[in-house]
Amino acid sequence: MSANMVALAYLVASVFFILALKGLSSPESARRGNLFGMLGMAIAVTTTMTLTQNWTLIVGCIAIGAVIGTLIAKRVQMTAMPELVAFMHSLVGLAAVFIAIAAINNPVSFGLPEVLPAGSKLELFLGTFIGAMTWSGSVIAFMKLSGRMSGTPIVFTGQHMLNLLLAIVMIGCGLWFFFSDTTNWTAFIAMTAIAFLLGFLIIIPIGGADMPVVISMLNSYSGWAAAGIGFSLGNPMLIIAGSLVGSSGAILSYIMCKAMNRPFLSVILGGFGSDGGAAAATDDGTQKTYRSGSAEDAAFLMGNADSVIIIPGYGLAVARAQHAVKELAELLHEKGVNVRFAIHPVAGRMPGHMNVLLAEAEIPYEQVLEMDEINSDFSNTDVVLVLGANDVVNPAANVPGSPIYGMPILDAHKARTVMVVKRSMGVGYAGLDNDLFYMDKTMMIFGDAKKVVENMVKAL
Amino acid sequence: MIGDIDPLIINLTIFVLAIFVGYHVVWNVTPALHTPLMSVTNAISSIIIVGAMLAAGPVEMDWGVWLGAVAVTLAAINVFGGFLVSQRMLEMFKKKDKKGSA
Repeated sequence: MSANMVALAYLVASVFFILALKGLSSPESARRGNLFGMLGMAIAVTTTMTLTQNWTLIVGCIAIGAVIGTLIAKRVQMTAMPELVAFMHSLVGLAAVFIAIAAINNPVSFGLPEVLPAGSKLELFLGTFIGAMTWSGSVIAFMKLSGRMSGTPIVFTGQHMLNLLLAIVMIGCGLWFFFSDTTNWTAFIAMTAIAFLLGFLIIIPIGGADMPVVISMLNSYSGWAAAGIGFSLGNPMLIIAGSLVGSSGAILSYIMCKAMNRPFLSVILGGFGSDGGAAAATDDGTQKTYRSGSAEDAAFLMGNADSVIIIPGYGLAVARAQHAVKELAELLHEKGVNVRFAIHPVAGRMPGHMNVLLAEAEIPYEQVLEMDEINSDFSNTDVVLVLGANDVVNPAANVPGSPIYGMPILDAHKARTVMVVKRSMGVGYAGLDNDLFYMDKTMMIFGDAKKVVENMVKAL
Repeated sequence: MIGDIDPLIINLTIFVLAIFVGYHVVWNVTPALHTPLMSVTNAISSIIIVGAMLAAGPVEMDWGVWLGAVAVTLAAINVFGGFLVSQRMLEMFKKKDKKGSA
């Protein structure tokens, strides 16, 4: 294939990638969008095949990857989506590093001059260090999300100074590599090693519930890594696809930070919050009282209500209670109760986590509303059922001086009756006591979200 | 005139414009589909497989080619895993008309 034909085919693939993202503006068009994405990828891979000679090796590798990828995609539990996404980001990062090393080893096979020009060196440096940080950062995120590592932030004194120092040394190595006349492997390897280390160090101080930001940020990184490699290889398709992914991840991080009312930098510097529930509520002297009830009482109240809003949180994902919740919603619906779901943007461990779980349980998405759509309806709602959520319904966000002041919350406290399903009176991620639990109209139901909801279903 | 321009500048032009396209397209994504958005963009970022294939391309097999082959495998896991899991998720967002519950 001529170079022009290749470039045109890459352009077609790039357009398909844009259409893939455009499709996600509504659930109806999203499936077609995903097919466009697959088509774009198929065009890109087939076109690139004509530029290579080792067909057996490449097809073999793609086949192995296809089998592993397909198995993972078929078998993964929907509750495990956050860690799957983190795992896949790490693959992109590692691949970017390998490609950069191969390009430095044999520039000619990429259509680059034998002796790398300064510009290509700079681009390879950028692609490698972003790729390396994406890999190690994603590995940590994966371990934290899958519970192989505690979600508690790991902090030590001088942490930020150490990171800053390492970053300076890494850039120094980059400059050394950049200004060397021949291929300076020592500088390159040192730089890559430090980038790997930095990726680990940057993610360890970030707590579990800040993971939506981290995972979006790594999503963004994996895109920039692809764009960086695209610059080194002079491949516009890689640049376009990488930039699309990069800006998408950046926008998601921004939306997540805004939903927590915390500056991006404060989230990334970390040290905030713990796994949740572990720390005891700080006693301010006065013993506050709360009312607890059984699942049967709650079922009775909901069965006689006109309107019920269910607020799911991370606790729903942990207990895998989505199917039980669906049954509950259906039973209530049959009794003529208007059941809706209210989703806070940071509920769960990744953007849109709750929506996917509810969709898996076949809850019609028309019943699932975003915070802005439903917040004004709480004041004329009979019953709010909070399932494993805490900070996102904490009215302290409206009190100046509170650590979470200004965070947008779901106005559960405005409903006539509030029922909270929780494992214990433990505090949420922000380490704050929740006044909602002590209100006269609130009933606490202790237990595992799934068991409680199942008991409610039985009682109805 | 375009022949006189450094390819880096042309690539930079593409880069900046693509960011703008990404920005506008992504703001239109409905929040309910943010998880599929992440898995679709993740699948798209495995476009890096193109670079990996070039690395694995040359006939004279040195260690760089093997490194490229590993990269092809990693990226291929991502291509298939990413797009198929997105498809699986998006199937769940189908309207349930046969049940007629809503």
